[in-house]
Amino acid sequence: MYDVVIVGAGIIGTFIARELSRYKLKIAVLDKLNDVACATTKANSAIIHCGYDAKPGTLKAKLNVLGNPMFDSICEELDVHFKRVGSLVLAFNDEEMNTLNELYQRGIQNGLKNIYVVEKEQLKSLEPNLSDSAAGALYAPDCGIIGPFELAVALAENAVENGVELLLNTEVSAIEKNDELFKVQTTAGVIKARYIINCAGVHADHINNMVSKEWFKITPRRGQYFVLDKSAGDLVSKVIFQCPTKMGKGVLVLPTVHGNILVGPDSEDIEDKQNLETTMERLEHVRTAAMKSIQNIPFDKSITSFTGLRASAEKGDFIIEESNDVKGLINVAGIESPGLSASPAIAQYVVQLIKEINGGFAEKEDFNPHRKKVMRFIELGDKEKAELIKNDPSYGRIICRCELITEGEIVDAIHRKAGAATLDGVKRRVRPGMGRCQGGFCSPRVMEILARELNKDILEIVKDSRASKILTGITKEQ
Amino acid sequence: MYDVAVIGGGPAGLAAAIEARRNGIQNILVIERDRELGGILQQCIHNGFGLHIFKEELTGPEYAERFVNELNELGIEYKLDSMVLEITKDKKVHYVNSKDGFVSIQAKSIILAMGCRERTRGAIGVAGTRPAGVFTAGTAQRYLNMEGYMVGKKIVILGSGDIGLIMARRLTLEGAEVKIVLERMPYPGGLTRNIVQCLNDYNIPLKVSHTISSIKGKDRVEGVTIVQLDESGRIIPGSEQFMECDTLILSVGLIPENELSEKLEMRLDKVTKGPYVNEAMETSVSGIFACGNVVHVHDIVDYVTEESRIAGRNAAKYAKGELKTEGRLVETVPGNGISYIVPHTIRVNNIENKVDLLMRVRQVFHDVRMIIKADGEKIREIKKSHLLPGEMERVSLDIKALTCKNIAKLEVEICEGEE
Ligand SMILES: Cc1cc2nc3c(=O)[nH]c(=O)nc-3n(C[C@H](O)[C@H](O)[C@H](O)COP(=O)(O)OP(=O)(O)OC[C@H]3O[C@@H](n4cnc5c(N)ncnc54)[C@H](O)[C@@H]3O)c2cc1C
Ligand SMILES: Cc1cc2nc3c(=O)[nH]c(=O)nc-3n(C[C@H](O)[C@H](O)[C@H](O)COP(=O)(O)OP(=O)(O)OC[C@H]3O[C@@H](n4cnc5c(N)ncnc54)[C@H](O)[C@@H]3O)c2cc1C
Repeated sequence: MYDVVIVGAGIIGTFIARELSRYKLKIAVLDKLNDVACATTKANSAIIHCGYDAKPGTLKAKLNVLGNPMFDSICEELDVHFKRVGSLVLAFNDEEMNTLNELYQRGIQNGLKNIYVVEKEQLKSLEPNLSDSAAGALYAPDCGIIGPFELAVALAENAVENGVELLLNTEVSAIEKNDELFKVQTTAGVIKARYIINCAGVHADHINNMVSKEWFKITPRRGQYFVLDKSAGDLVSKVIFQCPTKMGKGVLVLPTVHGNILVGPDSEDIEDKQNLETTMERLEHVRTAAMKSIQNIPFDKSITSFTGLRASAEKGDFIIEESNDVKGLINVAGIESPGLSASPAIAQYVVQLIKEINGGFAEKEDFNPHRKKVMRFIELGDKEKAELIKNDPSYGRIICRCELITEGEIVDAIHRKAGAATLDGVKRRVRPGMGRCQGGFCSPRVMEILARELNKDILEIVKDSRASKILTGITKEQ
Repeated sequence: MYDVAVIGGGPAGLAAAIEARRNGIQNILVIERDRELGGILQQCIHNGFGLHIFKEELTGPEYAERFVNELNELGIEYKLDSMVLEITKDKKVHYVNSKDGFVSIQAKSIILAMGCRERTRGAIGVAGTRPAGVFTAGTAQRYLNMEGYMVGKKIVILGSGDIGLIMARRLTLEGAEVKIVLERMPYPGGLTRNIVQCLNDYNIPLKVSHTISSIKGKDRVEGVTIVQLDESGRIIPGSEQFMECDTLILSVGLIPENELSEKLEMRLDKVTKGPYVNEAMETSVSGIFACGNVVHVHDIVDYVTEESRIAGRNAAKYAKGELKTEGRLVETVPGNGISYIVPHTIRVNNIENKVDLLMRVRQVFHDVRMIIKADGEKIREIKKSHLLPGEMERVSLDIKALTCKNIAKLEVEICEGEE
């Protein structure tokens, strides 16, 4: 029996789990997939927005504005990369300059102070590679970038360190409520709980409908991206938006925390909640649209492309509330952008909500907000590198030649709480395979390490999902 | 303090180190990041290495072994499992391994021999999902030949580079069904002998002017969409065809491994993507030499060995302060039909008796003349019945061709039709 069962181990589920682990509660986080952060949280723009975009008075506006300033301390506590690089929303004509001014006003109404409208003349000094046709911009220095899956992994690890149980490969298939208790049917058996927090992303309506009336519907909206090699990393230093127009929101060009460049996304309503395909036409659209902001984007340095699914609710705002007809079911749904930016505030909001419902929770005395520091070999100075290898020689063996990741870091990522068990799990945590060779060099080596550390046959090691087998057998000679 | 440090222990690094020793250098260090010497050759277990140099057909590991043995006989020092992280312009080399830790050494001269890397799915922009079962040919080769694992059962190969062709045969012999090899260009990328011996002999179809537009599959590859391309490389609408498979092997090109060269801010050639080099195989950073696939991708290892000997010999001279830097400079210029020429410049004073120009053509040519011009004037003409971008061409020029006049520019071009 659990006090709280959280369905979904994306950024929202893991954040809520970590915040609830401050209290004396028995908590489980369930996910149907074999790792945390494998759905929308692994495929988005990774921006910590400031909050001028959302309509004043909405939860989106409120929680985004509250969430943004919380990232410095949370990333410090959990040792996660976060950079406040600033953003520019570009306008290309007078009409768009008017829209910028509206955005500015909205930002002020939402409570922001540090935003500015800048004129054409100032643009090049802020971002030298901008297209000459940009007429002005809304400048927000507090906009940040982050590694969204790294944060979710860190939150999950910290939650587990503080007593939360992480149940992967556990798909919720039915929910019943009798008396005060939920009976949750899963692929890993029945789980009982007093509260359910539904953070199932694009499937949140599905979870809700298992026990409650159909309050809301989630539509997946697909967005596609290019990732460019680090050697293109100085293309832009800030997040470059385009002014929203009748034609849509425009595409972005932005740096990542690790020094790559992201270009995308487009926006397309689709039917299938599993559809993560990129398409030639859409990527071509992204390419042309992005060139409006920056003319000479080196698309020949593209190392991969990917797709994310926005979980869009009809009414356009986040849905964070206790179900009207099923007490104890708390829906955290429709968490599309700026869901990541708002996530720390969403977590606090949910904790507050459930505390009120329950009449408070007792705090743990020994809650530890910190995660064990992550050794990142390549970020160390020469002396520290030497020291680290002396203490643990596995940090002297480079496994990933592009990102210069050592065996020690990979082994650490496997053995941490909420650790990696797949090739992509290792990649999301410590980056081998993220570089320009996309794992060509390191995957045989990482698989060997995974098999050894997890005491598995290498043939069982998968790329990502449970059925994503990489090797199909042994050769005749072996 | 080393006289010569060699980065990379593949055929290029080995030949360069050995040659430096033969030229009187005692203090040499070869640094290799893999667990053994030999480079890419260790996974090329097929025949066909050494025809020029040893006049016999060796496998990759056999070819490598000859050089590894010689290296050992000469007592040249090497480090394995050691990754070079950085080289500085003042010739410090920083490397790491688990035994010695983080090490910095000083060298008088440095030879870059890091080989090349494979282009990936992202670099060629194939859309679709991202399931397991997509491999670059070299990675698949490593799984099969070095680790002993199979990578799939029903296979489509994209790209007709040599590694792809060799893997088509290898996978077939291992019992997999290689359904098709696709090539984007209107002609195959690999050597003709590989087309014959690896595809034709096993009835594996090759379709030129075809590529893949999208990959399907949630967990593992389930199939690919094949499209035909028109003369300018655009997809012909309506040509889409779905082919079921569980594995996609990419053999879509190799690029010099240039992290270290880029950090050194050395001049790179836009076409080869490797460093600019002169007749001594010296890069734009004085005292730093380069050879093998890190300069330009070779299809024949013998040429790698020969080129690397030049680098080794000159690095030795440099370390002894004997390399001539003064005197007349001749620039090589790829003319009509030629995509690049190595070396890029020639210091005439350093040439002993001849200089080899290595180059590739831009497209397939039949019955043409290769013309070498000195300052616009034809000095040599070679008849060629066929030229392929996949086969490197080599032209030896006698020193007299360079010294007879004060020439500044050496151009190679392809002339079609009769004179
Ligand atoms: C293209 C794109 C760009 C974006 N850019 C930004 C941005 O720049 N900044 C920003 O702030 N936000 C951005 N967002 C929004 C942000 O990514 C999301 O708000 C956030 O990731 C949502 O996290 P989540 O935890 O709600 O959902 P998810 O990460 O989707 O997690 C839901 C989890 O629930 C699990 N689940 C579902 N059904 C079940 C079941 N039956 N049983 C068990 N588990 C189940 C899933 O497996 C999944 O792991 C973007 C979104 C998209 C798509
Ligand atoms: C699959 C394949 C099939 C071929 N088939 C034939 C054939 O049939 N016949 C033929 O004649 N030729 C063939 N060739 C061509 C020939 O073998 C290659 O061109 C040749 O091996 C290139 O040698 P290299 O030393 O430049 O590169 P490599 O062999 O790649 O060696 C480079 C070495 O440098 C090391 N290294 C790189 N970076 C670092 C660093 N930072 N620190 C330390 N070490 C580093 C690498 O680990 C590697 O061992 C083939 C090539 C390939 C790839």
